[in-house]
Amino acid sequence: MRRLNWERVVSILLISPAAIATAIFVYGFIGWTAYASLTKWDKLFPDFTLVGLSNYRKLFANQRFQIDLRNTVVFTVLFLISCLLIGFLLAFLLDQRIKGEGIFRSIYLFPMSISFIVTGVVWRWLLNPGSPEMGSTGVNLLFDMVGLGFLKTGWYTDPKIGIMAVAIAATWQMSGYTMAMYLAGLRAIPDELREAARVDGASELQIVRHILLPLLRPVTLSAVIVLGHISLKIYDLIVAMTGPGIGFSTDVPAYFMWDTTFRGNHFSRGAAIAIILLLMVAVLVVPYLVHSIRAEAEL
Amino acid sequence: MTTQAHEEPRSTRTLVRWQRVVLYAVLIAFAIFYLIPVYVLIVTGMKSFAEVNLYRMWDLPSGLHFDSYAKAWFGSEAEGFRGLNVNFMNSVYLTVPATIISAMWGSINGYILTKWKFRGSGVLFPLLLFGMFIPYQSILIPLVQTLQKISIFGVKLYGSIPGLIVAHVIYGIPITTLIFRNYYANVPTELIEAARIDGANIFSVYRHVLFPLSLPGFVVVMIWQFTSIWNDFLFAVTITSNPATQPITVGLNNLAGSYIVEWNVQMAGALIAALPTLLVYIFLGRFFMRGLMAGSLKG
Repeated sequence: MRRLNWERVVSILLISPAAIATAIFVYGFIGWTAYASLTKWDKLFPDFTLVGLSNYRKLFANQRFQIDLRNTVVFTVLFLISCLLIGFLLAFLLDQRIKGEGIFRSIYLFPMSISFIVTGVVWRWLLNPGSPEMGSTGVNLLFDMVGLGFLKTGWYTDPKIGIMAVAIAATWQMSGYTMAMYLAGLRAIPDELREAARVDGASELQIVRHILLPLLRPVTLSAVIVLGHISLKIYDLIVAMTGPGIGFSTDVPAYFMWDTTFRGNHFSRGAAIAIILLLMVAVLVVPYLVHSIRAEAEL
Repeated sequence: MTTQAHEEPRSTRTLVRWQRVVLYAVLIAFAIFYLIPVYVLIVTGMKSFAEVNLYRMWDLPSGLHFDSYAKAWFGSEAEGFRGLNVNFMNSVYLTVPATIISAMWGSINGYILTKWKFRGSGVLFPLLLFGMFIPYQSILIPLVQTLQKISIFGVKLYGSIPGLIVAHVIYGIPITTLIFRNYYANVPTELIEAARIDGANIFSVYRHVLFPLSLPGFVVVMIWQFTSIWNDFLFAVTITSNPATQPITVGLNNLAGSYIVEWNVQMAGALIAALPTLLVYIFLGRFFMRGLMAGSLKG
């Protein structure tokens, strides 16, 4: 009994560094940021005079921030849809007893191991449209070479579709990951289910629609959560690929936050953007987190 | 009758063969999509300076030249830019210790959370986990302020590699704890109980029972941490402002953001920055996958 007691104490001591570090560096710091967002701190030296929610009010009235929010929505929708579609398609095809499946899988997934900075640098050159005087470069040049010249566009230099160009690079990086999630999900579905449906005369498309997709809904949900929170936080890729762009056409809240905080020293405004970002991610993640913890507790 | 019976399987077989051709064609088309950037990276890096031309970027090189790599690695005093060699080594000095420390720490946390459950451990775990999803912008301002005030062995944490190590180890707690917790949950409790009957205490159970079983868990965690720390940009660019201490992602971004650096040198730099994590992926891909799956909370 006594031996059990000292071990209990030791076990608490062993977990407490992680608990304390998290309490300070995650929760404490979030609280600090939230507090800073309510102050007048607008230059390098801290000024903790409280000003209420005025930083948030100013932010939502700020044109750059409005553009950023719209960009985030457009980017998230494009990125999510293309990752889910490509991810599912590739997983479904790879699940058809493919020769060399391992090789295909490795090729689809490797971009995941690379940093967004590398991806950004490479795609900035690939999607560099070139100039009318000097000729096309990158993907535009490739289009010319294979006779698809009509597909040429300004990519990220075109304010209207700039954010789409960033979404292409992000999809290149993350769709393989979505494929891997779906493939794991498909492999967990027993073959008998599909066989039974085939015997009943269901077409492959019907099997996908009425059996596979409903059963894969948890995978889709996980993918949406993971991809969604990456997309809300996207920063590195923008830095390396385009920067804020012409008229902030490729600017996002995370970029604005860093720019205004560490370049402009508008600390309270940066803190307010950070808190808005956190709330957006929390809306997405917290219900999911609570749900999966509950599901696990029931097991 | 008999001919028809022979006809039917043959026609379905040809249909299936036709479908499989399409199937492989789609898979190969996507493989090309993922490999295009790699092709440009490698081909561009191998061209001599005389051959490098943005308008002929898809052409094959005439031979093997490593000029671009040399320039990206060593820099050019004449043109006035730094090479990536210093940044690369900084990343090594950052990633290796941070990976080892956070793996050890995660292993201990996982051990306590699975084998020494206490009142509240069920609540503590999701609280720890939440830190994995937060946008780091929401802790960045306090983190910088705190690191500016702390020194370890006379080294100021802000602006130094040790500061980055601290940040990565602390914000690595959720994922490393999650992976080890899921891993240790599968170690049968009977094994622990048998050791306890033999008189093992909290330390010796870990040392003689759990730790020897932990190798696969360590591999998964270390690959995950190695990849995400090597690829990190946000902490790196915020905490280190001096080029002499900046990791590779920041170095590459500076290189790519400079107008005096030719695009082929930027491409070579991108490959240098990507190489370590790519090699890990190629040789230890299996474990990489497991980390990914744990990252999606489905471990």
